[in-house]
Amino acid sequence: MSLHLILFLAFGAVCVGGAINLLAQRHPINSALSLIAVMAALAGEYLLLGAEFVAAVQVIVYAGAIMVLFVFVIMLLNAGEEEETRGSRVAFLLGVPGMLTASVLMAWVVLRHSGTESVPIGALPGHPGDIAQLLFHDFLLPFEVTSVLILIAIMGAVVLASKPESATGKAD
Amino acid sequence: MNPTLNLWLIPVLPLAGAAINGFLGKKSSRRAVTAIALFFSGAAFAMALWVALRFSSVTLPYQEFFAHWIGITGFSADFAFYLDQLSLVMLLVVTGVGFLIHIYSVGYMWDDPSYYRFFSYLNLFMFFMLTLVLANNYLLMFIGWEGVGLASYLLIGFWFTKDSAASAGKKAFIVNRIGDFGFLIALFLLIKHFGSLNFKQVFNSVGHLTAGTESEALLTAIGILLMVGACGKSAQIPLYVWLPDAMEGPTPVSALIHAATMVTAGVYMVSRSHLIFERAPMALMVVAVIGTLTAFFAATIGIAQTDIKKVLAYSTISQLGYMFMACGVGAFSAGIFHLMTHAFFKGLLFLGAGSVIHAVGGEQDMRKMGGLKSYIPWTFLTMSIATLAIAGIPPLAGFWSKDEILWKAYQVSPVYWGIGVVTAFITSFYMFRLWYMTFFGDYHGAHVDEHGHGSHGHDAHGHGEPHESPMVMLAPLMILALLSLVGGFVGWGNHFEHFLAPVFGTGEPAAEAASGITEKLLMGVSVLVALAGWGLALLLYYQRPELPQKVSDALGGFYQAVVHKYYVDELYTVLFVKPLVDGSTRILWQGVDRKIIDAAVNDSADGARHVSDEVRQMQSGNIRSYAAWIAAGSTVVIAFMIWMWTEAR
Amino acid sequence: MVPSYVPLSYYLLLSGFLFACGVVGFLIKRNIITIFMSIELMLNGVNLSFVAFAAHWHALAGQVFVFFVMVVAAAETAVGLAIIIAVYRTRETLNVDQVNLLKL
Repeated sequence: MSLHLILFLAFGAVCVGGAINLLAQRHPINSALSLIAVMAALAGEYLLLGAEFVAAVQVIVYAGAIMVLFVFVIMLLNAGEEEETRGSRVAFLLGVPGMLTASVLMAWVVLRHSGTESVPIGALPGHPGDIAQLLFHDFLLPFEVTSVLILIAIMGAVVLASKPESATGKAD
Repeated sequence: MNPTLNLWLIPVLPLAGAAINGFLGKKSSRRAVTAIALFFSGAAFAMALWVALRFSSVTLPYQEFFAHWIGITGFSADFAFYLDQLSLVMLLVVTGVGFLIHIYSVGYMWDDPSYYRFFSYLNLFMFFMLTLVLANNYLLMFIGWEGVGLASYLLIGFWFTKDSAASAGKKAFIVNRIGDFGFLIALFLLIKHFGSLNFKQVFNSVGHLTAGTESEALLTAIGILLMVGACGKSAQIPLYVWLPDAMEGPTPVSALIHAATMVTAGVYMVSRSHLIFERAPMALMVVAVIGTLTAFFAATIGIAQTDIKKVLAYSTISQLGYMFMACGVGAFSAGIFHLMTHAFFKGLLFLGAGSVIHAVGGEQDMRKMGGLKSYIPWTFLTMSIATLAIAGIPPLAGFWSKDEILWKAYQVSPVYWGIGVVTAFITSFYMFRLWYMTFFGDYHGAHVDEHGHGSHGHDAHGHGEPHESPMVMLAPLMILALLSLVGGFVGWGNHFEHFLAPVFGTGEPAAEAASGITEKLLMGVSVLVALAGWGLALLLYYQRPELPQKVSDALGGFYQAVVHKYYVDELYTVLFVKPLVDGSTRILWQGVDRKIIDAAVNDSADGARHVSDEVRQMQSGNIRSYAAWIAAGSTVVIAFMIWMWTEAR
Repeated sequence: MVPSYVPLSYYLLLSGFLFACGVVGFLIKRNIITIFMSIELMLNGVNLSFVAFAAHWHALAGQVFVFFVMVVAAAETAVGLAIIIAVYRTRETLNVDQVNLLKL
């Protein structure tokens, strides 16, 4: 019973619990908080795999920025508990069973295929230096393109979320 | 070296006239249309005369080739013309009588608003008829055959705004079609067994056929089928019903097409195929029987008709029966001889009837005529000549040809001769009946007194007293009368028969040797019979005009049957027309067209709409259902990929 | 007998579970923000799978790709939430079933 496994299971339990809690909660703020928990646990998983840079970025960007944005919006819009509306029969009849089927299939594949491969702890150290090497040499173009993408996203968000001008043209 | 006769000009000239008048005639003046029509038909006649003059300088049979038409392995047909004595006779008759009728029509149709269309159709008819007569293979002849049927339809229904005329045109075409069906099957049999429709090749092959029941059965079948076609075109039993209705057309049409030329196409075709018939005695007998029966049958109907044109129509059917009787007993040249004389006197009779109708302002019922001989003397004179001719009074043309037929028929069987003689009696009777009712006695017609002898308007409205026709109509009458007078003399001394001998061979029934007394005796009988008919007509319609009514009353029901043409039309309606029309309405129209074809189209449209209605539900605007569909779809794809992966392992 | 190492398949199963939860959440939740969060959950599951495979095959490119995924997720979140705010302004509701004007 190695430490590796124990840690994996611990973090994994937090992930699973958080995911299920996200589904179970009715108020979106609760779901948001459980998602933060999932992300934190995932960061731990990444560390177990040796991806230290990715883990750091996960905490800083994902849990620290994106989820904060989510929480801001929930508070801004004063989202309340979910109402019970019957929207789509298809979702229940077709979507959920379908997805469950797919996941069972994938699990079956995974289990059949990878029986003995193991990933030792810290298998691939993801030093920032090595990642930077890749990022600025081999993946330079995607890197630059994503920066443009973020720029566009910023502009789009600003435009979409800005208050519409009033009829008299006066800013509030 | 055979000099070329340029035969192709003969049909093409009228075709050019038809095209010019057809396309440009509407805007042209009457004079221009007349000039074109007369020029081209006259030119055709002139060409025919020229060919006749050059006749002895070419080797016969003369063939002229233009173009290949069909050329596939096993069968070929060409556009080519064929000239021999038979064709020459037909050529001269068609172009000559045709030209005279063109002249006559100038006067008759002058006031008609569709003047140009008439001449265009008339020229078109000439083109097709000449193609028929000059063709060197059955297929080209069939084109002419169909074409004259078309021209007949167009001309019968010339006044197409009249319901009866349009229906008559349809009837003619459809009944002809039935005959053409038989003709076509005969052609197919010819192609199958002889590999060609070319006259020379077919007749050569027929000659080389070994005698035996099989070949005889084949030839009998072909012969009978050809006769079916001839029955349709030449109005024999059972396909004669269209000809009396065809009198709806203008009278020159009746004269040209339904007396002199188109209806004789059947006789020409049977004569041309004589080699086939001679080797199939059964078929020949069928021809003779049909001809004889038709001659007798139609003559009896003619007795009771009151419309002057209908009498002539039934008379035509009867005389055609004579021609087929002649062919049926093997006397083909006699049949052609009668064809020629018949063209003269029947054409004259129709044109004269047209003149009479024109004189009395459109009236066609003979009971409303009478005493016209003082009003229209020239018409009277020419029609008298024609009546004498058709009754078979010597020395006019009809006597020679009819007597020739009866003589040849007697040599084969006295039965044919007997029926023929009785028919001759009836013919003479009803023709003189017509003569007396129209020209003698008192005028029973409408005497609409306008201001004196005002305008010479046409038909339909009464215009004072009956008046003579203009010269343009009388001149053809006189020429035809002359031909009826002297046309028979070519039969003297068997000249005509010898002229046609290269075509038909001299193997015609029985030797002339010990025929002297019998022939003279039979000739005497024919004359007596004709005179007897005259005498009876004289009695009933001139001297004692009250008698016919008593006779018809005494005969009662039988007379009614005759007046109603033995109810044959009604019989056909019940047997064929009504079931076809009803079947077509109920089965084909309502059943197939509406329920199957329309339904298929409509239902497929409805189906598309229903399917799209169902599918439309997917576009609900609901995000979750979209996501669900995506999830479901991706599941399928993933499953498929996994399956592929397991297969590959 | 619990293994003393962690097989790759465990990581993959965890990743798949997270993904499935994300999809199911997308399908059954009615609040649009929660649906958005389910999308984030899906992306996280996929990220785990990437890193696991990167470790398994010693290919650092896997971790670089995770980096890019996060960048795109961030951009998408920004724009998406802006849209949600805009929709909320007009429709006054965060219930996704009531935003169905695009129906046929």
